[in-house]
This record gives sequence, structure tokens and C-alpha cells, in this order.
Amino acid sequence: MLNIEIDGKAVEVDHGTTIIDAADKLGIAIPRFCYHKKLSVAANCRMCLVQVEKFAKPLPACATPVADGMKIFTRSKAAVEAQKSVMEFLLINHPLDCPICDQGGECDLQDIAVAYGAPASRYAEEKRVVLNKNIGPLVSTDMTRCIQCTRCVRFLKEVGGMMELGMVGRGEHAEITAYVDKSVDSELSGNIIDLCPVGALTSKPFRYKARTWELTRRPSIAPHDGLGSQIEVHIKDGKVLRVLPREKESINECWLSDRDRFSYEGLNSPDRLTVPMIKHHGEWHETDWKTALEFAAGQLKDITNADGGEQLGVLVSPNSTMEEAYLAKQIAHGLGSSNIDYRLRQTDFRLDGKRMGTPWMGCNIPDLQEMDRILVIGSNLRNEHPLLANRIRKAVAQGAELSLVNPMDDDQLMAVKHKAICTPNDMVNVLAQILKAMSGLQRLSLCLPKSLNDLLETVRVWDNSQAMAESLAGLGKEVDLVSPRTGIFLGNIAQSHPRFTELYSLAEAIASLCGATFGILSPAANSTGAHLVGVLPGEHGLNAKAMLESPRKAYLLVNVEPELDCHHAAQARQAIAEAECVIALTAYKSEALEHADVLLPIAPFTETSGTYMSMEGRVQSFTAVTKPLGECRPGWKILRVLGNTLGLSGFDFDSSEQVKNAIFGGQKPSTVVWNSLNNNLRELIDIQVKIKSNVLQRLGEVPQFQSDAIVRRSPPLQKTRAVQAPVAAMHSQLLTELGLDDGEMVTVKQGVASVLLKAKRDDRLPHGVVRVPTALPVTSLLGDLMGEIEVTRA
Amino acid sequence: MLAKIKTVLSSLMLVELLKGMALTGRYFFARKITIQFPEERTPMSPRFRGLHALRRYPNGEERCIACKLCEAVCPAMAITIESEQREDNTRRTTRYDIDLTKCIFCGFCEESCPVDSIVETRIFDYHGEKRGDLLYTKPMLLAVGDKYETQIAADRSADAKYR
Repeated sequence: MLNIEIDGKAVEVDHGTTIIDAADKLGIAIPRFCYHKKLSVAANCRMCLVQVEKFAKPLPACATPVADGMKIFTRSKAAVEAQKSVMEFLLINHPLDCPICDQGGECDLQDIAVAYGAPASRYAEEKRVVLNKNIGPLVSTDMTRCIQCTRCVRFLKEVGGMMELGMVGRGEHAEITAYVDKSVDSELSGNIIDLCPVGALTSKPFRYKARTWELTRRPSIAPHDGLGSQIEVHIKDGKVLRVLPREKESINECWLSDRDRFSYEGLNSPDRLTVPMIKHHGEWHETDWKTALEFAAGQLKDITNADGGEQLGVLVSPNSTMEEAYLAKQIAHGLGSSNIDYRLRQTDFRLDGKRMGTPWMGCNIPDLQEMDRILVIGSNLRNEHPLLANRIRKAVAQGAELSLVNPMDDDQLMAVKHKAICTPNDMVNVLAQILKAMSGLQRLSLCLPKSLNDLLETVRVWDNSQAMAESLAGLGKEVDLVSPRTGIFLGNIAQSHPRFTELYSLAEAIASLCGATFGILSPAANSTGAHLVGVLPGEHGLNAKAMLESPRKAYLLVNVEPELDCHHAAQARQAIAEAECVIALTAYKSEALEHADVLLPIAPFTETSGTYMSMEGRVQSFTAVTKPLGECRPGWKILRVLGNTLGLSGFDFDSSEQVKNAIFGGQKPSTVVWNSLNNNLRELIDIQVKIKSNVLQRLGEVPQFQSDAIVRRSPPLQKTRAVQAPVAAMHSQLLTELGLDDGEMVTVKQGVASVLLKAKRDDRLPHGVVRVPTALPVTSLLGDLMGEIEVTRA
Repeated sequence: MLAKIKTVLSSLMLVELLKGMALTGRYFFARKITIQFPEERTPMSPRFRGLHALRRYPNGEERCIACKLCEAVCPAMAITIESEQREDNTRRTTRYDIDLTKCIFCGFCEESCPVDSIVETRIFDYHGEKRGDLLYTKPMLLAVGDKYETQIAADRSADAKYR
């Protein structure tokens, strides 16, 4: 510990602390532009100059580590003079366009110029002009305003993982620029807007819409991935105008993914359903709530009375709040149906009833960056969980070894130590090999159940798998870790894998052999919560897949767009079209819901109160930030009144708080959650390792900006380079074998359904896999997202 | 006693009346100061704060850049502005309303305007017959500006040296 003194105040700090950190600890303000606590130190703005005793010149506080007995003065004559001079230099080339600058009112340069600058400028010469760069549909640039602090450059390099912006030129000619004709495509690019201390980088969708002082700020929770990022929604006149992160070190730090930041534009989409609608003789009629709910209740009752409750299927989106999920479950049970599910994109349900609790991430989010060895199975991390990918990137930067078992080799922008890129079937094989190698390494094969040991007998371990097992066990070239902190995680692709059970069982066995944290990365905001609430098929109930395979007469859809959200688009489309009665609670008018009978407008996350449970088991409640649009109503209210109209008991709730209390039985949520989160298997299931198949398999991944209804309707996100017309991508060798050329039109066929797509050569895929994205209107005619697929020349 | 006699005498002699008539006579022949409004008008300061106007540049481009400083400074909350990016990428208002029934004519909007767009003119004799008539919208304010631009410009330059 070192004793120093800043402005006469004594403080004790650790070795290696910089002056600026020490001052922040004391609450002494030192002006800064380039310094940011999450980024490396650049010390190029020189705004934080302070006077230090026994130094002839002022020193930059952000780059000067303290020494014992240092006496620092931040407001002495020399320091003030230095700060004032730096301010004058910074303002030489800064335009006087604050009145039209979106940063005006929340601008560091404005604030610091008022606090530390001179009242007037002495500079009368011409100012320089820098051409604006077009870096994509999310971030707008006004490069003349740039003061070259390089925060954006450092962010994209250090946090984003790829240096998409850089500085060219020197002195007067220095400017920030992207690569020639390239945009900034990072999935975290929106954060450079927050980082920019001036108005050089501002939000494009928000451009010129409002001034900062007009906005009302309300806290909420991001609804697009399982992380549960905390956000601040900015509203003017009842309309959401932008979304910013709230700082929460243990969840989203101070960042936010683009999906969470820009999805709000989808809330103001013209597709929004604003009045309840009933279909009469094939035509839609707008109606009032009472009529719509009575009609819906009547239809549901008629069918369940006549054909029994098992003819009702209830599909709940994993993005629905816990309250909505709970009430939907109550309705299903009240009507005598146990066909209810939220796992719309899952295809393998053999694990149902075999788990000991609610599947979760297995650790807390910050634990990820402390890990030494990480194995991720079936996940396109950057697409699925952008901020989680960032945590892993941090761990890798600190020396952790990352291994991937994936059916595609998309660049995760971090160093991957070992990777097995193989067909979905082979993923099981690779895991079996890792398990065998691990049991050999640990001499722990006796700990494995006999059924597993027998299975492994015939498995031949490849070098790569051996290396992966060694890495997970903590063996390294230079240093062997005695007890490495290891994590094994299953991603979205693994969860919609047709042999999810095998992946899960093997991964769990590997984890238990090497003492690793084992978890699954929840695909949606409330996947974990929906499981906890019990939105699961009952004993003889049908799961999401079976409900569509053997169509029901009636469906109750909560927040679901069947042909985009379900694993088998064609089947979902058909089941809904042929059902006698479809009651859809939806925020949007969608094509597949044309076959519904009643559309009830439900409020999206900004217009309803509710609770999400993140993948780490954090229960976060939020309130409505605006009034519901038109006749929309919060989902829990609609389901409550529907329950009352159906004459069911136990629907007397006056607020979402009461519903939440009912869910947790009046106990503290954390108590209930920690008692129920458990990834262990109750018993081992018969699994098969070797399945040889020579058929082409589809890899139907959900693109990042198609993950749910709100995101799909956000125009700025849909204009990004990440969103491209769907193609049938395959390895060049497969392309040759099929006699196809890159870029030619092919017929992609699954079952009876077929669509025309462009073939694309993509050597990041293993042989035998055709990558055709799902959740897109074009591909929503196709079948199973990991099913068999045929490709022929069109 | 003496006072009583004085009173009787002065009332008999109509002294009060004559005094009054003298005053009347003086004013009757003096120079008149009454202004025959609306044919005649009093002189006005170039700083007069009357009806608002939105100005344009000589090339016809509207001056307002939707910085909303006037909206923020207005103590009566009489100004409502909505803005967006115009097709040529400039920042423009889509709505600029002044509710003259709220306005207290303090002139803060004019003071705060960085581009001399919103100004208060010399016009004070306008009226509305319904309540809504005094809600001035952007086209109405621009029309006022267009009509009186010469006067507005002259007033600004006359006052410029004191700013």
C-alpha cells in the first residue's frame, strides 16, 4: 500500500494505481476524454494533466502510477493552466455546431469546456474539415467533431475483438477511419456511441429525433437474450426513442449489444397489432376486448368440452415474462390440457423428466472471465450471446484456453486453442472422444457409469480430441494447472440439435470428470424462467415438437410467430392453418397468424410489467415504461381476464406483483431459484454414440437479428451487413460433388417443401452440412432446422 | 366667517368654472398628442417584442435548425418542436408551434436562438376569433417572417451594435 496526498487529502492505494484512479476513489474530479476504466490507457488527449510535487512538468493522471508519498495537485495554478491550455488546443478544430449536434446536452467536451476552458477563443484561423464516413446503419459519423481520443478504436480492438476503426495521418491530418469501403460490423458497435466523448459518433436511428433534456429515462431489462442486460429506456411523448445500457458490472458491465440497443425501433413498427380482431367467415373484423375474450373463451371451451383438454396445445414464447408463462400454464391446466411448452426450437426431448432441476448456466456471468479452460459446444457465441462472448474473450485474453465443438467455423474474434468443426452427428462423436480421453487422463473411468464406459469402448480418440481433453484437464505445454477453473457450456445450436440428449449427457459426464462448471446458455430472455414456472408438458402432455407433429384442434399462442419461432416451420404453418381454433396473443400482425381465429394485441416489454429470469438465475422485475399502444394490454392482464371469462379459479390477480408472488409461493425469489437450479441428470439415458448417416444435414441457425418478433421488425438492425438474403452455404468440396457452382440458384428441399436459394461456397462448414438459416420469411417454408435436406440445381 | 364669505363670493363669480374653462381652453388650442389608431401609430423600438416570426436566409432556406433551445428556455412552455433529419441530411423541424395564449412575450426564445431564426416582430395588433386561432404553426410563423423580413432585418441590424 502506498500513501499519497491529492489536493491535501491523504489516501492509501494499491501499488500500480494510477493518479486518476486514486482521485476517482477520493471523489476528486479530474477532466478526461481518452481515459475509460474499461479500456487501455492511451494518454493522448492530455486533458487530465495534474501537477505533481517535485516534477517540473505537469503529468497525465491517467498514465502516471502513483509512488509512495506523492503529493498531487489537481487545482493548483500550474494544473489549471495546463488544463486550460489543453482545452484551448482541443477546441481549435472542434466546430461550433452544438445546436445541431445530438451529443449537445450530454457532451463531455461541452461540460469540460465550460468547467475548465477559457470563456472565449483566441483562434481566428480556418478550422479543418474531415469528411464523414459511412460506417453502417447504426452509427452516424460527424468526423469534424472528433478530438482523436481513440476510445472507439480501442473499444473495437479490445472489447469488440476486431480493429474495425483506426487512426490515419498525423497531427493536423489525423483522422479516425474504417477500412476502405468497410462498415463497422461488430455486434457491439453501438457502444462506441456511448464511449465517444464528443458528437463524432452518434446513433443513426436516433439522429435529430430529440434533445437529451426532453427525454424521460426509465429502467428496464433487455428482452432478447438470456443475459438479462439492464437497460435504460428513453421516452418522449410516450414513444421509445432510444435505449442505453445501465451500468451493472456483474451482468452487462457498461456495454450493450446492438440487438438490445436498437431493437426498440421494432416497437414503433407499422406491423403492430393495436385492436383485438376476430375472424368471421374468413374476414377479419376489429372488435372490443369483451367480445374478443368471450369469443376466445367460448371457442376454447367448446373444443375442450367436446374433444377433451388434450386437443388444446399451448405454445409460449421463451421471451414472454414469467407472469405470462405462469398464467398460460394455469389456463392450460384449467382446461384440462397438459400440452404446454416454451422450447419451440428444441427437437430432442428425451431429457424431459430426467433432470434434477431447472437447467441454467451453472455459474455467474462474471465467473466466465475468471475461467482457465472453456469448452463451448454448439454455439455461435457472437450471434447468440454477444456480451457473453465478450466475457469469454476477456478470459482468453488473460490466458484461458478456449475449445469449440461446432458445426461451423464462424470467427468468434478470439483465439481458439482447439476446435472441432464437424457435422452435427459427429459432434456427439467428438464429445465421446473427449470423454474417453478425459477418463484416460484422470484414471477416472471407474467413476463413469457402466453404460457409458461400454459405449466408450469402441470409440477411437483423435489427436484433436485428446488435445481438447488435456486442455480441459489443465495440462499445458509449459505449466500444468493444479485445479483449473473449467467451464463447459451448451449453446443454442446444441439445444436445437436432434441429439441434444447425447450432447448433454456426454458434456455433463466430461464436466463431472474434470470438475468443471457445466451449464447451458439459455437462448431467450426467459427460457430459464419459463422452465422454473413449469411451462412444460405434463405427464401425458405433448411437447412443442409433438404438438405440431400431431396437430391439435385448438392452439393458444402466447407471443409466438409459429413459422418463424418453431423448429419445423412447414409443420407449424400447417398445424396452425388446419386447427379449428387458434387464439393468438401477439404484438404484431404476422403472416402465419392469418390462419388464427382471434388476435389479441399483447404489449411488448416496454408496455408491460413483468419478470425475466436470466440464464444465471437472476430474477429481475421491471415495470412498463410507456402506455400500451392503442388497445394493447399487458399479457398477464389478458390471460387473467381470459381465465376469469373461462370461469377458472385462481385468477384473481390485480397486479403482476401478485402473479409473481403466486409463482414463488410468497417466498423470496432467490430462495426458490437456488433450490431449483440444477443441471444434473437424475438418471442416465440410453444414448448412442455411433450413428453413421450419409444424408445431407441442414444447419438451421437463427440469425442474430431474427431472434424474436421485435428484433425482426427493427429497420436499422435489418439494414446491417449481418442481415443478408438467405443462401444455401456449403463446403466447396460438397459444392463440387453436387455439381454446383458458387452463386448459382439451387432448389433446397426438405420433405415436400422446397425453396429457391443461391448456393454459396463456405469453407467454414464441414462436409455434409448445408447451412440454411431459419426464422426468415423465405426459409419459413422449409422443415426441421437440423433435419435432412436435399440440394439440386434449379 | 371670512372663509364662508369667500366661498359664497367665488361660487357667485363662477371662479371654479372659469378655471376649468381656462384649462379646457389651453388644451383646446395646444398641440394634440392623441394618436388616431389604427391610422396613426406611436413610434416603436427595434427591440419591440410582438408577434413571433420564423426567418429564412436570403436564399430561401429556413434558418431554424431544430436545436430546441427556445423550447427549453421558454418559461411559459409555449413552444413545441419536433425534429427529424431532412432528406438532404440536415436537421430540421417537422413541427414548430407557439401557443400565443401561453406566451408571455419575454423574448427569451429570440435571445436563445443561435441562428436568429425565431424573432419577435413589431406586430402586436393581431387577433383570433376562436381559441385555436392563436396557436401559430410553422407555416404561419414562416409566413409572418416572409412578409416582414425587410423590417425584421432592419431591426436586427439597428440593434446589432448593442449585443
